[in-house]
Amino acid sequence: MRVNEHAITAAVILGLIALPVWALIMDEPFTITLVTRAVILALAAVGLNIVLGIGGLVSFGHAVFFGIGGYAMGILAYHAQTYTTLELGMLSTGGTKFMPVIWLVAMVVSAFVAGCIGLLSLRTSGVYFIMITLAFGQMFYYFAISWAQYGGEDGLSIYIRNDFPGLNTLVPIQFFAICLALLCLVLFLMARLQSSVFGLALNATRQSAIRAETVGLNPMRLRLLAFVLSGAVTGLAGALFADLNRFVSPTMFSWQLSGELIVLIIIGGVGRLMGPVIGACVFVTLEHVLGGLTEFWHIYLGVILLCIVLFARGGIVGLLTGKEGAHV
Amino acid sequence: MSLLQVQNLCAHYGSSQALFGVDLALSEGEVTALMGRNGMGKSTTVKAICRMIPSTGTLTLNGQDLHAWPSHKVARAGVGLVPEGRRCFADLTVTENLIAAARPGDWTLKTVSALFPRLGERAGQRAASLSGGEQQMLAIGRALMTNPRLLILDEATEGLAPLIRQEIWAAVRRLKTDTGVAILLIDKSLKELSSVSDHAVILERGKTVWSGPMDTLTRETSERFVGV
Repeated sequence: MRVNEHAITAAVILGLIALPVWALIMDEPFTITLVTRAVILALAAVGLNIVLGIGGLVSFGHAVFFGIGGYAMGILAYHAQTYTTLELGMLSTGGTKFMPVIWLVAMVVSAFVAGCIGLLSLRTSGVYFIMITLAFGQMFYYFAISWAQYGGEDGLSIYIRNDFPGLNTLVPIQFFAICLALLCLVLFLMARLQSSVFGLALNATRQSAIRAETVGLNPMRLRLLAFVLSGAVTGLAGALFADLNRFVSPTMFSWQLSGELIVLIIIGGVGRLMGPVIGACVFVTLEHVLGGLTEFWHIYLGVILLCIVLFARGGIVGLLTGKEGAHV
Repeated sequence: MSLLQVQNLCAHYGSSQALFGVDLALSEGEVTALMGRNGMGKSTTVKAICRMIPSTGTLTLNGQDLHAWPSHKVARAGVGLVPEGRRCFADLTVTENLIAAARPGDWTLKTVSALFPRLGERAGQRAASLSGGEQQMLAIGRALMTNPRLLILDEATEGLAPLIRQEIWAAVRRLKTDTGVAILLIDKSLKELSSVSDHAVILERGKTVWSGPMDTLTRETSERFVGV
């Protein structure tokens, strides 16, 4: 049976609302935290899906932006909570505990770094692009480990979750609502982007850069813009993830995390709007359920991934809709 | 001044030379047939004009040196290419293929659909699911959406059914009469080329060996260099 993609979108969003509401009624705050984790990972993967799914660029260093978002939150909140000054050359600030400002900083810094990484890495393609993005990821990872001022290898703990006007962010359901609202907003923008002239041009570039050039499209510019947008969204997710855990550490920059984001998208469906969301839900569910049974749960994840790659190229969304995913 | 000026154009694929001195000139609104046997450098000339491969010699569009430009800038300057083998964006729908290439100008979704009504009927269909003829129409429509001043059709009727060929040639004639677009045509049908082209340029082993008005092309010359 083939399912309409809009129906899948509606079902997943409704599920993401219903499950935490059920958990709230049943007084199971941990379930709400789990769903929040899935929503944030989904947001990070939606960001990656812009370059991977539409642009066909296998970025193996997207944890850079996730980590930058996390550290942006960690550093700003650390200074605000310890009443110390953050010196940035000519500029000094006391940090902030205000979430929207933290998100903005996380997105702007991630976008800037994505622009710099993109300018260098997008000159390559295929396996070289994968390796360069991985190398940048490792650079940031080792930098974070040696950054003693902000906890080095041990990471940085934040005592209290940051503030959002009108909400008590320490209440799991309220923090979840913020994350879900942001995910829905980004998904809406992503849907618009996919059908926009920019999205179509980027898609055309994925299918053939040479052909795209002959109709006047500049692949480098399109990919760079996509990379910047993608970095900003993943950076936002990083800030939320750090706020969820009230902790930021160099593992947010790790290549394993970059790999997990790719896995989430492959499970859900490459280039599909809800692919990353479904992938993140499956991933977090497996992590929780199988992780409780055995510490080697990744083996089962590997088997699932193998089956999807071999038998369902469009991921779960592709399986349900009967359509293949984007060819990368 | 010619719209497109090509003089002594040379090009290489790696270490092997493919073009040894191609000369051709095209004015606004003019249709020129680029002829020659297989492997004589017709498609390579097109690739060099579109800056898809490096080349040397004179290559100007409206007096501007194309050698200084990347491929996408040449397209934006007004060179619309309908490549050999159609090469539509298979994962995009007909409309999406056209929108992705769109540049401001007279050619819009509406005018392209008027030229090729089949495209209007298949608007929401993925390019991969179209027939060969429809894909060819889409490739022409996509090139027109860039609102070119020079349209290059590289083997636009190759491998198509006779009825579809007629439709394509009819569209080329309409483009010639109704618009001021210059057209550079590569095709195997001498009959159709002769009826639609104002000028002809013949290539032999990567070099221009004959050029002139189409009505001065003798049977002897075409048999000698083109084989028909």
